[in-house]
Amino acid sequence: MKTVPFCYLLLSAMLPLAAQTGGSFLLRGGTVHTVSGPDIPGGSVLVRDGRITDVGPKLAAPKGVRVIDVKGLHVYPGLIDSATQLGATEIGSVRETSDVMDLGVFKPQLRIAAALNPASEHLPVTRANGVTTAVVQPSGGIIPGQAALIHLDGWTTEEMLIMPAVAMRLDYPHKQPGGGGVPFAELKKQYEAQVRELNEYFESARRYQKAKAVAAPDFKTDLALEAMLPVLEGRLPLLVRAEREKTIREAIAFAEKQKVRMILQQAVECWKVAAELKAKGIMVTLARTLSLPSDEDEPYDRPFTTPAELFKAGVKFSFATYGPGAGNNPSNLPYEAAAAVPFGLSPEEALKAVTLNAAAIWGVEDQIGSIDRNKLADLIVTDGDPLETRTHVLQMFINGRPVDLNNKHKRLYEKFVNRP
Amino acid sequence: MIRTACLFLAVSLLPAAPPLVIRNANLITITKGNFRGAVLIDGGKIAAFGDKVVVPPNARVIDAGGQYVTPGIIDPHSHVGTDSVNESALAVASMTGIGDVLNPENIGIYRALAGGVTTIAVLHGSADPIGGKCEIIKTRWGKDAEGIRFEGAPPYIKFALGENVKRSGGVWAALIAPGNLRYPATRMGVEDVFRQAFTDARAYQKAWREYDENRKRGVEALPPRRDLTLEPLVEVLERKRLVHTHAYRADEILMIMRVAEEFGFKINVLVHVLEGYKVAREIAAHGASASTFSDWWAYKMEAYDAIPYNAAIMAKKGVLVSLNSDNAELMRRMNTEAAKVMKYGGVSENDALAMITLNPAKQLGIEDRVGSIETGKDADLVIWDRHPLSNYAKVQKVLVDGELYFDRDTDIGSRPARNKQRQELLEKAKARQNKAAPENKASAAGRPQ
Repeated sequence: MKTVPFCYLLLSAMLPLAAQTGGSFLLRGGTVHTVSGPDIPGGSVLVRDGRITDVGPKLAAPKGVRVIDVKGLHVYPGLIDSATQLGATEIGSVRETSDVMDLGVFKPQLRIAAALNPASEHLPVTRANGVTTAVVQPSGGIIPGQAALIHLDGWTTEEMLIMPAVAMRLDYPHKQPGGGGVPFAELKKQYEAQVRELNEYFESARRYQKAKAVAAPDFKTDLALEAMLPVLEGRLPLLVRAEREKTIREAIAFAEKQKVRMILQQAVECWKVAAELKAKGIMVTLARTLSLPSDEDEPYDRPFTTPAELFKAGVKFSFATYGPGAGNNPSNLPYEAAAAVPFGLSPEEALKAVTLNAAAIWGVEDQIGSIDRNKLADLIVTDGDPLETRTHVLQMFINGRPVDLNNKHKRLYEKFVNRP
Repeated sequence: MIRTACLFLAVSLLPAAPPLVIRNANLITITKGNFRGAVLIDGGKIAAFGDKVVVPPNARVIDAGGQYVTPGIIDPHSHVGTDSVNESALAVASMTGIGDVLNPENIGIYRALAGGVTTIAVLHGSADPIGGKCEIIKTRWGKDAEGIRFEGAPPYIKFALGENVKRSGGVWAALIAPGNLRYPATRMGVEDVFRQAFTDARAYQKAWREYDENRKRGVEALPPRRDLTLEPLVEVLERKRLVHTHAYRADEILMIMRVAEEFGFKINVLVHVLEGYKVAREIAAHGASASTFSDWWAYKMEAYDAIPYNAAIMAKKGVLVSLNSDNAELMRRMNTEAAKVMKYGGVSENDALAMITLNPAKQLGIEDRVGSIETGKDADLVIWDRHPLSNYAKVQKVLVDGELYFDRDTDIGSRPARNKQRQELLEKAKARQNKAAPENKASAAGRPQ
C-alpha cells in the first residue's frame, strides 16, 4: 500500500503536462516486456503523440520529451479482456442499471456501443488492475447484437470506442440439459425450431442482400437485415457462443455453410475439438478458467487445463471474465489467465493470451497488444508480474495519455480507513 | 448383523497406523513461524514439527521436496454438501438444520478438498431472517454423512438481513406468485422479525424456568408445550448457540448488533459484511468477528459500496477477520483470495493466510483443533508446489486427521480407469434404452434428465 498513494500524486501531477505534450514521453530504466519479442532489462519505451515510436535497451530522450524513470519496475502492454459487459451494466440485480439484454431473438441491429456509460464505476476499478481494453457484448436471444472493442478510458463513449462493431454475437442453439424439468422431447423440439429459425434468418438476410444489390422495385430498408450484410460479406466476424462439443461442431458446420468468419467463445468443451479448430484456423475466446467443471465426473481441474491443451494443439485463444463462474469481475482478468499456469500453460503464453493474441483475435494486432513501434501506447507499469495477485499496477497509459488509477474503491478506502 | 460385528472387531483389533512424517518441507505454521523442516503425525494429530523433529524408525515418510506445507484451509461460509439450502416459506426457520440434509457424495466436497480446504461450515441459505442450524464438516471424501461431521464443534445458527430476506416480500414476488408473499418486505420488517422472535423466545425461556423451579420445589405443574422453533433461540439467549449473521449494509450491521444487545446475546460472526469497513469500530466494540469476500461487488444494490479493502480496514480496527467463499468455485482457490487482502490494504503474508485458516477456526470455536500447525492439533495439512499466495501454486496433497484424502498424482492416475468405467456405463445405458424404446433413438444418446 505504501507505494500506491504516492502514485496518485505522481499521476495527478502528470495529467496537465501530458495534455500539453499530447502524450509524448520516455519510460526509462524498467524491464520492458514487449510480448512480441524478448524482455528488455533496463529498457526504454519512447512515445510520441500517443504512439510508440521506439523501444530498446538505451534510448535518449529527444529534446522536450519528458522522461519517466521506471527503474526497478516493469512495463507491459495493457491487458485485453475478450468478453465483458463493462459500462453497459452497473449493478447486476438492478434492471434500471443494465442495458445488455433487449427484447427479441434476432437483433443484429442492436449496438452495445449505443449503451456504454463512460461514467460507470466499473471502468476505473477494472483499469486499476491493468486492463486497458475490453470487448463489450450484448446478450439474450440467438443474435443479441453487435459487440464493441473499447478503451477503458475516455471523457465520452466515442473517445472510448476503438471499434464500435468488432463482431456480431450469435448464441448457437442447444439443448439445455435438465432445463428446469422440461422433458427432453420438448427441449429437442425447441432446439430444432431454433436451428430452423436461425437458418431461415440467414436465408432472409441473403435474399435481402440480393434484393438490395439488384435494386429490386419493392426493396425496403430493413435495419436488422442491413446489419447482417457485413457478416455475410465477411467484413464482420460472427462471435459464436457454443459450450458443449456437439454445439461447437454444429456451430462450425453452420459457419462453413454460411461462409462467414467465426470466433468461438465460451467454448467450455473446445478441448475436445482442438484439432479441428486448429485445422480450420478458428480462434477462441475461452470460457472462464475460474469456473467449475461442467460435469460431476470430469476431472476437478478441467477448466484449468483447457488453455494448455488448446496451446498444445496450436489454437489461438484469449481469456475473458464474462460467463458462468463466481461473480463477473473484469478486474480479475489477470487471474483468469494465471489459473492456467500451474496446469501446464507457460506464464509467457498466459500473458500473450491477454495481450497480443487477444489483439489478433479482434483484428487489431497492428494497433495494440505488444510494445512495438507504431502501436498505440497502451502501457502499464507494475512492480511485478501482472498475472500475480500481489502485484500492483502503478501507472497506466491509454493512447499515450496517463490514466488516473484512482477509483471508487480507493476513495472509500481512504475515507473510512481514516474514520476517527 | 454378525458380519457387522466381525468387521467392528477386526477394525478395533487392527494396530494403530504407524506415525507419518512429512519431511523436507517449507512449513508455514501461522502461529509458530515458518520453518524448513518436518511435521510428525501420530494418531491423526500433529505430534511434532520444526527443524529438529526426531523421526521414529517405523514412520511412513512423505518427502515434500522443498514444497510448502500449510494448515488446511477453513471456509466459514459455504453451501456445498447439502441436499437443500433454504426453507424460504418462513421468516423464522430455526427448527430446520443443515445437519439433517448433508450429502457426503456432493462433488463440491472433493473439489474443495483439491483446493486445500479441510474444514467447511455448511450454512442454511439467506432467504430467512432467522435461518436454520448449521453444521461444520471436514472434507473426509468417501466417508458417510456421520463421518464428515466435525465432531464436537459448537452449535450455531444462521441469521440474514437485507435484500435476500426482503425479496420474498417484494412486489415482484407478489406478482409472480401471490401465495408466496412473505413478511418482511423492508429492513424495518427485518428488525421487527428479530425483536418478535426473541421476545417470544424470552417468554418461552421464562415459562420453562418457572416450570423447572416449581418442580424443584415439588410443586406439580404441566410442562410448557415444546416449541422447536424457539428452542434454538433460547440457546442463543443463553449463549449456548453461536450466531452467524449474513449482512451487507452498515446500517443493518448496527441494527442486528443492537437487537442482540437488547436481548443480551452476541452476534459472533458477521458474514459477507461488505460495508463492515464503515462501522468497524462498532463491530469491534460489540465483540463480533467478520467474514467477508475479497473483491465481489456491485452484483446487487447493497453490494455497490463493497470494497476489496474491507478485510484490511476491519482487521486494522481490531476485528477478527476471515474470508469466505459462499461458492463452490471460489472455495477452490481461497489461497489467492488471501493474496488479494495483501494487495488491497497491505495485510502481511502471515495475517493474510490466517484469514483462511486460524481466524475462521476461532470464529467457529474450533481453534483448539484446527487452523494452525501446532502440536496436538488435528493433522489437517496441505502440500503446495509453490508458495500458496502465488497464483501459480497448486495443491499436491491434502491430509485430514493425518490421512491422505487428496493426492494429485493419484487423481491423475485414476483418470483412465474412470474414463473407461464412464464409457462402459454410457454403453450400458444406451443399450438398455435402445432395447426399451427402439423407436425413440434421439433421446437414447441424450444426457440423463
